[in-house]
Amino acid sequence: MGRTLAEKVWDAHVVRKAEGEPDLVYIDLHLVHEVTSPQAFDGLRLAGRTVRRPELTLATEDHNVPTDALTITDPISLKQVETLRANCQEFDIRLHSMGDAKQGIVHVIGPQLGVTQPGMTIVCGDSHTSTHGAFGALAFGIGTSEVEHVLATQTLPLVRPKTMAVTVEGRLQPGVTSKDLVLALIAQVGTGGGQGHVVEYRGEAVRALSMEGRMTVCNMSIEWGARAGMIAPDETTYAYLEAREHAPAGADWSVAVTDWQALRTDDDAVFDKEVFLNASVVTPFVTWGTNPGQGVALSASVPDPGAMPLGSERDAAERALAYMGLTAGTPMREIAVDTVFLGSCTNGRMEDLRAAAEVVKGRRVADGLRALVVPGSMLVKLQAEKEGLDSVFRDAGFDWRNAGCSMCLAMNPDTLAPGERSASTSNRNFEGRQGRGGRTHLVSPAVAAATAITGYLTAPADLQEV
Amino acid sequence: MDAFTAHVGRAVPLRRSDVDTDQIIPSDWLKRVERTGFGAGLFSEWREDPAFVLNQERYAGASILLAGQNFGTGSSREHAVWALTDFGFRAVVSERFADIFRSNSLKGGLLPVQLARGEVEALMALVEADHTVEVTVDLVARELRAADLVAHFPLDDFTRWRLMEGLDDIGLTLLHEQDISSYEQRRPSRLPSTRPVA
Repeated sequence: MGRTLAEKVWDAHVVRKAEGEPDLVYIDLHLVHEVTSPQAFDGLRLAGRTVRRPELTLATEDHNVPTDALTITDPISLKQVETLRANCQEFDIRLHSMGDAKQGIVHVIGPQLGVTQPGMTIVCGDSHTSTHGAFGALAFGIGTSEVEHVLATQTLPLVRPKTMAVTVEGRLQPGVTSKDLVLALIAQVGTGGGQGHVVEYRGEAVRALSMEGRMTVCNMSIEWGARAGMIAPDETTYAYLEAREHAPAGADWSVAVTDWQALRTDDDAVFDKEVFLNASVVTPFVTWGTNPGQGVALSASVPDPGAMPLGSERDAAERALAYMGLTAGTPMREIAVDTVFLGSCTNGRMEDLRAAAEVVKGRRVADGLRALVVPGSMLVKLQAEKEGLDSVFRDAGFDWRNAGCSMCLAMNPDTLAPGERSASTSNRNFEGRQGRGGRTHLVSPAVAAATAITGYLTAPADLQEV
Repeated sequence: MDAFTAHVGRAVPLRRSDVDTDQIIPSDWLKRVERTGFGAGLFSEWREDPAFVLNQERYAGASILLAGQNFGTGSSREHAVWALTDFGFRAVVSERFADIFRSNSLKGGLLPVQLARGEVEALMALVEADHTVEVTVDLVARELRAADLVAHFPLDDFTRWRLMEGLDDIGLTLLHEQDISSYEQRRPSRLPSTRPVA
């Protein structure tokens, strides 16, 4: 019987297999940031261990970074960042610090530098590591104990996951993005739908996505509980990778491409589970609740919990509406926001900024609304400035920032105040995620941009011609 | 890690599904570089409500958390496990756990006890009716017992053995150092290094 893409990558990384034990799996790339690593480095020191392969490890500062200035004033944040710097120096790990030209969000810089490649195993103490699966890598988030394990051994003992296919047939309509697609998917399958599975996204609509669109989809895999999300590499992948700093060069390039071409699910392979979605019916999609599965089409209304079956789904919906300060039946387009956040590892890349700038050009941010654009990396920032996007955003009234996680998660000065409401291109709308009492609506970059103009959840197609 | 064979304690019912790790330990707490002291941050926003179940006097000292399905969803933060154990929990019972949370728990001395929906419901009802009921989580028998309720939970043999012996995962892996070295010799040389390219 044939094998799935995930099984092929897994099999190629098994260091040791024994009956009744987890497989010992080799890790090709270990990404590190300041939040989930300090206790792991402490553990190494306590046990008298060292980092086995520092040259397969890459660190960056992202979560704590204030993106409007290069000084951290919060002493606890500062200590965490300084701890990362000291650890990277002690264990000889490459680190991109604040102010560095290649610094950025861990899941933006890996692909950009070309260290994320098809067929690799990639881990990071961060659940959005699933992003790297867009290249046909097996990439997943781990906890701090596992970070320590990988630092010490470059391996992880893991139980082989189940496999799932998400087949997206048809084409996305113009004005509908990969973010809309993945939000619609999560609303369909629920936040736990992928639990225990490595998911492969396939089908015409997925093949038609750019690398950056694929990264957005794979990034959100964790939001429906999947262990990882993957997309088989193809010409789009190779074109993105070629000539990047760490991509194979010279004779290695053709060897690599030949290897990568074998990274596809065999025709006779069987997935443990399959999900189907029709791309052509997806429209701009937004969340109304406090988990990423609580979403509806922007053209719809806030759902009525009373119409849901009795039980945990209805309870969760009632709680979510109370937290969000929303009333069932309110059209989503009539929800006013105070803040628009464009950025994060989900939507902080060039295409996201270009799509938003296209909408914003020649228009003004609504009165009293706070709007910020936070590039996912300093390289994204530089490229955007070369293209003049910074002026487009600034002229419209947006803040133009340095790279970092910013308002995705309230670990730096960019937060929502209690009761404030945002349209955010990030990945989580949990209670308090963007700041205590803050209310988050997850949206695509295009919807974020249009919302900034009107002050209400809005699609670009709803805007009047400039 | 401390060995775990069985734990006997009282339970507290948290009737919420999809409890994400941002609720278990809000991100502000993640700036700390220590591994201890996270108990004060456990569910800190929900605990501001005096009626919240963890604030109810009758459940004080409970060491087994009963939760709705899909517990521990979201962020990979192991701080969530550290917060639960620091607060005094030794086990969490749910119909389903998020993968990373489950894995983190098994590294950190917190047992994720996965039961069928009906069993979780029965256990919650039992505890709500009598908060003093004694609950036993028996790792050896892979069984949870409370009053007349006996429920089996899944756990693979290897993990069970590791927890019962209190073994260090890294130490176990390093027993296979030779296998790792020989794998490294077989790895294709074209795979990327993170060293800056000259």
